[in-house]
Amino acid sequence: MASHSPIPNSCCCYSRCKDIYCESLREISAFQRTQWGQKNLAGFQTELVTLEQIEHLHRRFKQISGDQPTIRKESFDRIPDLEFNPIRSKIVRAFFDKRNLRQASDGLADEINFEDFLTIMSYFRPMEMNMDEEQLDHFRKEKLKFLFHMYDSDSDGKITLQEYRKVVEELLSRNPHLEKESARSIADGAMMEAASICVGQMEPDQVYEGITFEDFLKMWQGIDIDTKMHVRFLTMEPIAHCH
Amino acid sequence: MRQVPLAEGLLVLPAALVVQEKSSGDHTAGSGPHFFQIVSFKWDHVQEPYIIALWILVASLAKIVFHLSHKVTRVVPESALLIVLGLFLGGIVWAADHIASFTLTPNVFFFYLLPPIVLDAGYFMPNKLFFGNLGTILLYAVIGTVWNAATTGMSLYGVYLSGIMGQLDIGLLDFLLFGSLIAAVDPVAVLAVFEEVHVNEVLFIIVFGESLLNDAVTVVLYNVFDSFVAMGADNVTGVDCVKGIVSFFVVSLGGTFVGIAFAFLLSLVTRFTKHVRIIEPGFVFVISYLSYLTAEMLSLSAILAITFCGVCCQKYVKANICDQSSTTVRYTMKMLASGSETIIFMFLGISAVNPDIWTWNTAFILLTLVFISVYRVIGVVIQTWVLNHYRVVQLEIIDQVVMSYGGLRGAVAFALVALLDEKKVKEKNLFVSTTIIVVFFTVIFQGLTIKPLVQWLKVKRSEHREPKLNEKLHGRAFDHILSAVEDISGQIGHNYLRDKWSNFDRKILSKVLMRRSAQKSRDQILNIFHELNLKDAISYVAEGERRGSLAFIRSSSTDNMVNVDFSTPRPSTVEASVSCLLREKASSVCLDMQALEQRRKSIRDTEDTVTHHTLQQYLYKPRQEHIHLYSRHEIIQNEDEKQDKEIFHRTMRKRLESFKSTKLGINQPKKLNKSHKRDRGQKRRNSNAIPNGKIPSENPVQDFILKEKDVEFSDPEENYESLHMDKGVDFLANVTKQNCTDATSGIDNPAFSADDDQSIYMKFPPWLTDEDSVVPSQRARVQLPYSPDNFRRLTPFRLSNKSVDSFLLADGPEERPRAFLPETTHM
Repeated sequence: MASHSPIPNSCCCYSRCKDIYCESLREISAFQRTQWGQKNLAGFQTELVTLEQIEHLHRRFKQISGDQPTIRKESFDRIPDLEFNPIRSKIVRAFFDKRNLRQASDGLADEINFEDFLTIMSYFRPMEMNMDEEQLDHFRKEKLKFLFHMYDSDSDGKITLQEYRKVVEELLSRNPHLEKESARSIADGAMMEAASICVGQMEPDQVYEGITFEDFLKMWQGIDIDTKMHVRFLTMEPIAHCH
Repeated sequence: MRQVPLAEGLLVLPAALVVQEKSSGDHTAGSGPHFFQIVSFKWDHVQEPYIIALWILVASLAKIVFHLSHKVTRVVPESALLIVLGLFLGGIVWAADHIASFTLTPNVFFFYLLPPIVLDAGYFMPNKLFFGNLGTILLYAVIGTVWNAATTGMSLYGVYLSGIMGQLDIGLLDFLLFGSLIAAVDPVAVLAVFEEVHVNEVLFIIVFGESLLNDAVTVVLYNVFDSFVAMGADNVTGVDCVKGIVSFFVVSLGGTFVGIAFAFLLSLVTRFTKHVRIIEPGFVFVISYLSYLTAEMLSLSAILAITFCGVCCQKYVKANICDQSSTTVRYTMKMLASGSETIIFMFLGISAVNPDIWTWNTAFILLTLVFISVYRVIGVVIQTWVLNHYRVVQLEIIDQVVMSYGGLRGAVAFALVALLDEKKVKEKNLFVSTTIIVVFFTVIFQGLTIKPLVQWLKVKRSEHREPKLNEKLHGRAFDHILSAVEDISGQIGHNYLRDKWSNFDRKILSKVLMRRSAQKSRDQILNIFHELNLKDAISYVAEGERRGSLAFIRSSSTDNMVNVDFSTPRPSTVEASVSCLLREKASSVCLDMQALEQRRKSIRDTEDTVTHHTLQQYLYKPRQEHIHLYSRHEIIQNEDEKQDKEIFHRTMRKRLESFKSTKLGINQPKKLNKSHKRDRGQKRRNSNAIPNGKIPSENPVQDFILKEKDVEFSDPEENYESLHMDKGVDFLANVTKQNCTDATSGIDNPAFSADDDQSIYMKFPPWLTDEDSVVPSQRARVQLPYSPDNFRRLTPFRLSNKSVDSFLLADGPEERPRAFLPETTHM
């Protein structure tokens, strides 16, 4: 997203925003300014709209990290509400997935700093009114990539049946009465469906190895992901009960 | 039917008409009172219900006529046609006796016609969408309606002061009263028009939700101004105004609360209706109607009450009641709602033909039309502007246009204006005629033009997509991801609340309100899964019927050859499903097993088969003697049909068996060649069958399924099945299960157990060995005599619980596929 050009019609207020951002960054911490402040302003400006949001997230970041500059996996245990989430591990993992952090390599990071935290959060920003087609497309793809990476746990660029099953099992794990078997058959069915959408008629010997990102995009055609995958980053006080 | 009391208000038979008909009737019965009459003509006796029934018939017939021509209904909304028809009929009645004898009276409208429509709307409300947009809807419903009422009333008053309207006996309060009743968007009209327009769901839910929820505002405003008018403008104090505002909260929240309370009651009641299935649907209607009446009694918002009753109970009721009841509820509700709607619009037309109520005041009427349209637009634009600061999915200009334009007024306004007391509101007739004009204008003109407008503006339409498993799964994943992100970022957002609510629902509410069997297996994803399975099954059978035999599955020469093979490098985890087996590249396992099975084709199996045949023959005859059996408490299927169905199902099972044996690679260990769709469907089906195949084969309980129906299981696995049974959906699953039950001997399977999945699930039943089953018709000849004609009557494809037992009769006759319309398979 760093390469992403700022939205044209916000150019006039861009410099002003930049000032505010720089200022805020100074405020937030010297650490972030040096590492990140000058680097990605444009990118983040389009991602998280207001200063308050960044500030809010920073406060939250500090809460989670326990005033440390970085967050580790264990830090997420401090969020009590997350405990009941059936795909908790997958979500937490996504925060440390280097692919999501826009780093060249893949694999898992041990810890993330505020910048990375913001990067992850920016996947969930709502679509903006004044985006043009190309931006929208890019925006959509970014979001889908995040989701894709979550499913594709071994980062081989394919969601294999095993991976898919795992996700489905976790998704349905909240229902204690659902057999693992049925979760599996559902995953199988879904995979079959995916194969039929993506490949269509298959040759007799052909093997569908897994859902690639292209296939994934195909499956999502016609579904408004931008109206689904977003969170309003309200400027609210963070919930205080973080042990 | 509740319509009986309709007679009181709705229909007062014109005396002349009665006389005419009487005179014609007197020919037959008019031989005087002194003799015993064999036939007597008692028109007076039946008059009221008779006329009601006639009117309903006329309205329904009209509907048929409208839909004869698709060209007309595609352009003109039905509501508009009905109004025109009403005008026409009203003209006839008027010409006959010059009294407006049929009018839409508020009493009938509010008590009998409106509740079904609102209940239908609430019960089928897409809850997620509704609550997701609740904030927006509330703003439009509350602020928007107040805005409309106030501005319309004030502006009319302002113009009135300027003198254009001439001399009217009217004060500011009267104008405000009129404004309040004309301000509200009408749920009936909106529903009628928008259902045909198919705008996208968000837009629809906003307009429609607004029209439902603004009832509270309308009721309060109307009551407040009505009493203010009664008190006289001079006596209204500030305290009264405050009271009015307080009453708004009481009315709306109270109505909502009543609705929720009754929804709770209803859900609870349906939890215990297991033994009175036949009246189960009745509870849904009676209790929700009671919520409406209760709210009305407490002078709360009745529409809100019944809406929320429907919205809140739907999840639990749908889970609790059995499949048949659920269908009944669905159809009855739709029938009542659509019937009421038809009657409402027709009578709106008829009511208009009454010179007594017409007081024409061009300025007043035109200005009202202008004001309501203009202020609606202004209101929508302002509110949307505010809302867009908070909404994630922005409402664009096009949406705003549709929202403004979709502000239809309807029967609620008419009923309210008819309720006015002529003594208090001097210009009642002017208000009535203006309301009629406004209603007609919005319903006919705007209703007619909204469709082209939507097309012209290229408003995002709602697309009807097939349910997709992937989509559902991703959707579920999204819900969790989003709530997690909100948790992590530490905000209380919409997702956070939804997550908390679903936790609460899962932990407490569902436990209290849902049957134990239902709470266990109720999962949306599962439902979709079953639905898709069923669809595959149906298309599979239809294809079989089309081709004349299911042999196409086996033939490797089929055009569409396909092989979906998930031969990913698999860790040797314990895979215990047929689908996994299918995916095994090394399906030599199956081959071995097949060979084994053939060797083990034991004498006992053959004996069993023979016994079954005998049983079968004897079983049918005694049953046929009971055809006349009648019971009020349960629906007894026609035995003939039942037998047909049984035969059919057995046939199907047979075919599937043969299909499966093919699947399992008897002939082609590596290549599963078949049409792609079949393959996919079958695989899924197979995998689906796994939980069902799980019955320990020692279990010889032949009437297993029947028992299952009566006993509530605590065992989750069995409940999983009972879901199938209850839903009557997955006949294939039944088939498979039956197969397993049939295999009373409990064949163990050495070849198979050599594989890593020491399969508890894979008790391969004898049919696998049964080569004959592949070529079914040969065996069929030996078996039951049957009439091919029977099969023409096969209607529902779904397996009723009642007929399952005969599956136990091992081998059914194989009929050749009949000309069998696929449509009939859909219930």
